[in-house]
Amino acid sequence: MNTNFEPKILGILCNWCSYTGADLAGISRIKYPANIKIVRVMCTGRVDPTFVLKAFQQGADGVLVSGCHPGDCHYVDGNVKAMRRAPLVTELLRQMGIEKERFKLVWVSASEGEKFAKIVEDMVADLKKLGPLAPGGGAEKNA
Amino acid sequence: MPKINLAVYWTAACGGCDVAILDTEAKILEVGELANIVLWPLATDGKYADLEKLGPGEIDVCLFHGSIRLSEQEAMARLLREKSKVLIAFGACSSFGGIPGLANFHRREEIFRRAYQETPSTDNPNGVLPETQVRVAEGTLTLPEFYHQVYSLDQVVPVDYYLPGCPPPVHLIVAAIDAIASGQLPPKGSVIAGDKSVCHECPREKQEKKVRGFKRPHEVLVDPNRCLMEQGIVCNGPSTRSGCGARCTKVNMPCRGCFGPAPEVLDQGAKLVSSTASILDASDEATVAEMVSTMADPAGLFYRFSLPVSMLQKKRQGGKVS
Amino acid sequence: MTERIGVYVCHCGHNIAAVGDVEKVAQYAGTLDNVVIARDYKYMCSDPGQELIKNDIQQLGLTRVVVAACSPRMHEPTFKGALERANLNGYLLEMANIREQCSWVTDNTQNATEKAKSLVRGAVRRVYYHRPIEERVVSVNKATLVVGGGIAGIQAALQIAEAGHKVYLVEREASIGGQMAKFDKTFPTMDCAACILTPKMVAVSQSPNIELLTYAEVAQVDGYVGNFTVTVRQKPRYIVEDLCTGCGDCTTACVLKNRIPDAFDEGLSKRSAAYISFPQAIPLKAVIDEKECLLLTKGKCSKNCVEACSREAIDFSQKETVRRIEVGSIILATGFELFDARKAPQYGYGIYDDVYTGIEFERLTNASGPTQGKILTKRGEEPKSVAILHCIGSRDENYQKYCSRVCCMSSVKFAHLVKEKTDAEVFEFYIDMRTFGKQYEEFYTRVQEEGVNFIRGKGAEVAKVDGQLVVRAEDTLLGAYREIPVDMVVLNTALVPRHDAEKVAQIFGISRSEDGFFLESHIKLDPVTTSTDGVHIAGCCQSPKDIPDTVAQGSAAAAQSLAVIATGKVKISPISAWSDPAVCAGCRICLGLCPFKAIGFNEEKKVAEINQAVCKGCGSCAAGCPSNAIVVSHFSNQQLLAEIEGVLA
Repeated sequence: MNTNFEPKILGILCNWCSYTGADLAGISRIKYPANIKIVRVMCTGRVDPTFVLKAFQQGADGVLVSGCHPGDCHYVDGNVKAMRRAPLVTELLRQMGIEKERFKLVWVSASEGEKFAKIVEDMVADLKKLGPLAPGGGAEKNA
Repeated sequence: MPKINLAVYWTAACGGCDVAILDTEAKILEVGELANIVLWPLATDGKYADLEKLGPGEIDVCLFHGSIRLSEQEAMARLLREKSKVLIAFGACSSFGGIPGLANFHRREEIFRRAYQETPSTDNPNGVLPETQVRVAEGTLTLPEFYHQVYSLDQVVPVDYYLPGCPPPVHLIVAAIDAIASGQLPPKGSVIAGDKSVCHECPREKQEKKVRGFKRPHEVLVDPNRCLMEQGIVCNGPSTRSGCGARCTKVNMPCRGCFGPAPEVLDQGAKLVSSTASILDASDEATVAEMVSTMADPAGLFYRFSLPVSMLQKKRQGGKVS
Repeated sequence: MTERIGVYVCHCGHNIAAVGDVEKVAQYAGTLDNVVIARDYKYMCSDPGQELIKNDIQQLGLTRVVVAACSPRMHEPTFKGALERANLNGYLLEMANIREQCSWVTDNTQNATEKAKSLVRGAVRRVYYHRPIEERVVSVNKATLVVGGGIAGIQAALQIAEAGHKVYLVEREASIGGQMAKFDKTFPTMDCAACILTPKMVAVSQSPNIELLTYAEVAQVDGYVGNFTVTVRQKPRYIVEDLCTGCGDCTTACVLKNRIPDAFDEGLSKRSAAYISFPQAIPLKAVIDEKECLLLTKGKCSKNCVEACSREAIDFSQKETVRRIEVGSIILATGFELFDARKAPQYGYGIYDDVYTGIEFERLTNASGPTQGKILTKRGEEPKSVAILHCIGSRDENYQKYCSRVCCMSSVKFAHLVKEKTDAEVFEFYIDMRTFGKQYEEFYTRVQEEGVNFIRGKGAEVAKVDGQLVVRAEDTLLGAYREIPVDMVVLNTALVPRHDAEKVAQIFGISRSEDGFFLESHIKLDPVTTSTDGVHIAGCCQSPKDIPDTVAQGSAAAAQSLAVIATGKVKISPISAWSDPAVCAGCRICLGLCPFKAIGFNEEKKVAEINQAVCKGCGSCAAGCPSNAIVVSHFSNQQLLAEIEGVLA
């Protein structure tokens, strides 16, 4: 395996908690790997699984969706809707040969800049261990 | 009016589409009046050489059903594309990969091992697997190459129209024949079907939905009037293109998506995952996980007819036939 | 159609330029499709920086702008303004966050530069699909709904009414007054609660601008800020309010006199089925308890009350009524409940006699309470020693983690009252003494000087040893285990959210914090507004607080509602969802996805329709819409997918 592998991660963050939390990481000058590219949505409830699949189609090695903690959603329970969808997305991805480590739904509040940095750091480390996503998923490694 | 030249061809398919054409009953006679059938393996005898002799565009309309798995199928697709003015992907297999496309969940090696070595009915003591060339005393025997995966027709050659369905329903075939006869074909790239999702045609009563798990059709006594999803039965209708007249849900069977993604849907599976999970009546992760576990094989269910054209499969192909 | 995109990369002094190579980023941006100009500049947010954008829009005919700088949460409004000054709709801007999410978190120039390029690429692809959007302005109904007639709701209602505007005050109980009406004295000045509360209650009843709806609950809220339609259900009193004078003859005549535990007295006394909540009740009208009244439950009664009522005010045919009222804003002041001490059986409540909760003690010391204000044990004797335990259910991992804020002071108040009314020895068990308010510490000192024994250590257990109540605790100042025999125990229980707070939050479309209280917009800087515009919160429904803070928050909520009224018009975020009837197939999956009930169903056309004034633009419906009929403005699939493609390309 290529030891210089730098995984590409797409972050989809809600405007109110996690995007603000990621901003806080910056304001606090906490360093984390540049592998993640962040796209902002108003709420994790907006995250259509199509976005996740699109990211993998476009060559992402991992997708991180982050929203407000349950109960803190700016839109009452948009994050709960994201949470309802996540297990089925994970299972669909698994069947398509994409390991569960590559798709994560986490909760990061506006005050958790440090937590956000740590999550990104851990995900990059996990994906480096896992290696690049083969075209068509892990199951196709030998194809 | 001079007769048009019509070809009907099949590749990786079950033949149901041919039967559907015959199901047009009296209309088939009109087809006879309308067209010279230059190729139709089900009904007429024809050789590769006959086809090769035709000039480019000499076939006016080709109804092509079946997906592409073999090199021979690809060659025929290319040949028919060259010879046809209008190439119609006929049925779910050529439009989206269809049922044969589900083989894409497995690698070629797995398929060979299972089909030629492991099934109980197999008698193959030497474990021989298909080869493209085999030398025998009489010379060399050849077989087409079995590709790594299944493709839809438009992943191999440009397609002019799509007539989806497994098989396409008679009323749409008739509409297509009429359009051909009158020369009033829609803009290229059109799907000859409805322009909404199946729910639009489904007569069942629909309400706000909340379910606590999923059931398979044989596990429930289905209420014939109520939306199947509300009864916990996974139905692909909401993300599937209309045009079939909801023929499955009308007989208490859930839609399985043979008309492919609804017009605005990019990926049938992703959208069905989202909408189906959205109606789960649970607010904690453990309960959601438990409810989701009641669904067997979501990818196989949601991509029943469209796996080769799914976003992730497109990534795998990198746009090229291997 | 092609767009003409301008890209502006900010140095932000050294903040971005010291880590990322901004010139390279700008050069790269210039190579992207549809980009006609790409510049870098020291401070894009400065006047000259904004001028640069404005001039380019005008001179180069830009149709879209990307600013790669700080977080959009910082300067998006600034750059929107720059576009608008050049007559370009502000929503044709996209920002790439290359400071907070790039230069400030990356320590390697190459990585920061490459990441910035990706983010700019995403923004350029996204902005291509942006559409102009107009901000929405709606006019405001000048009436206000106040829910809850405790001191918070009373304060808010009076203030709005005094300003000359209509208020509907909805109270669940038969009288306003709330928890405060039950209290005897109020700390730190020891005014009698009734003496300071009653005038305000009377003012409510006399205000021409306040319409009081007691015995009523809000069942449904539709609409949005400026234009709410509220459905209120009012229970039957079985008393014609206009006729009743509150004389109390029916209560005396009632067959069930002194038979029904009186909730106002925490069950420590008994009342009739026809009753008046308390002597100062507003409205001072009798009510017939339909759960107890023999006629209403069993259909048979001698109806002494009817005979006794000279005004013929009793009407057993009354039914629940439903009213719809239109208001522009809403103030929720639904208050709190007290922690059920039975859930902590180690304290003996409900097991041993003479173990009381704080609110029961309030009634015991109240002159209109069950003992006419005398502090007596169950046997009718004056106690020789009383223990007061703080933090019962508060600051406790097993129950509520939070501090209920008022219990220290009310416990000190109880100690003072015991000392004032009896000769008993008083023992207070506390974790820390939190006497933070104006004149609170002084009051604490005064009560210390009265000879109360303050024991620093949470009461661990209340037991009975040989017929004697004992309190066990660790005295953390002495480092010793204490076991103190007493005649009476007062458990000062936690303030907890109302049992139906979740339902209420759903009705009004607001959130709750982890502790179950209603969630404010910002814990420090916006403690009165909520995630739903036009719904404000006041008092203990937001978090436990004392009377001064409750009153202040009631006024603050009133000020928020008055601000809505004063502006006459409200701006609504233009980010909203729209359902395309040409695509919608009527599956109705979206209906359950909107937390604001913005989605309705057009039965005639068989399609979902979104009330864009109610929609807040979260996009949960769009993600769940199986046919992608729902499009979210400024966060469309097209825009987001283009951005995803861009950042990953």
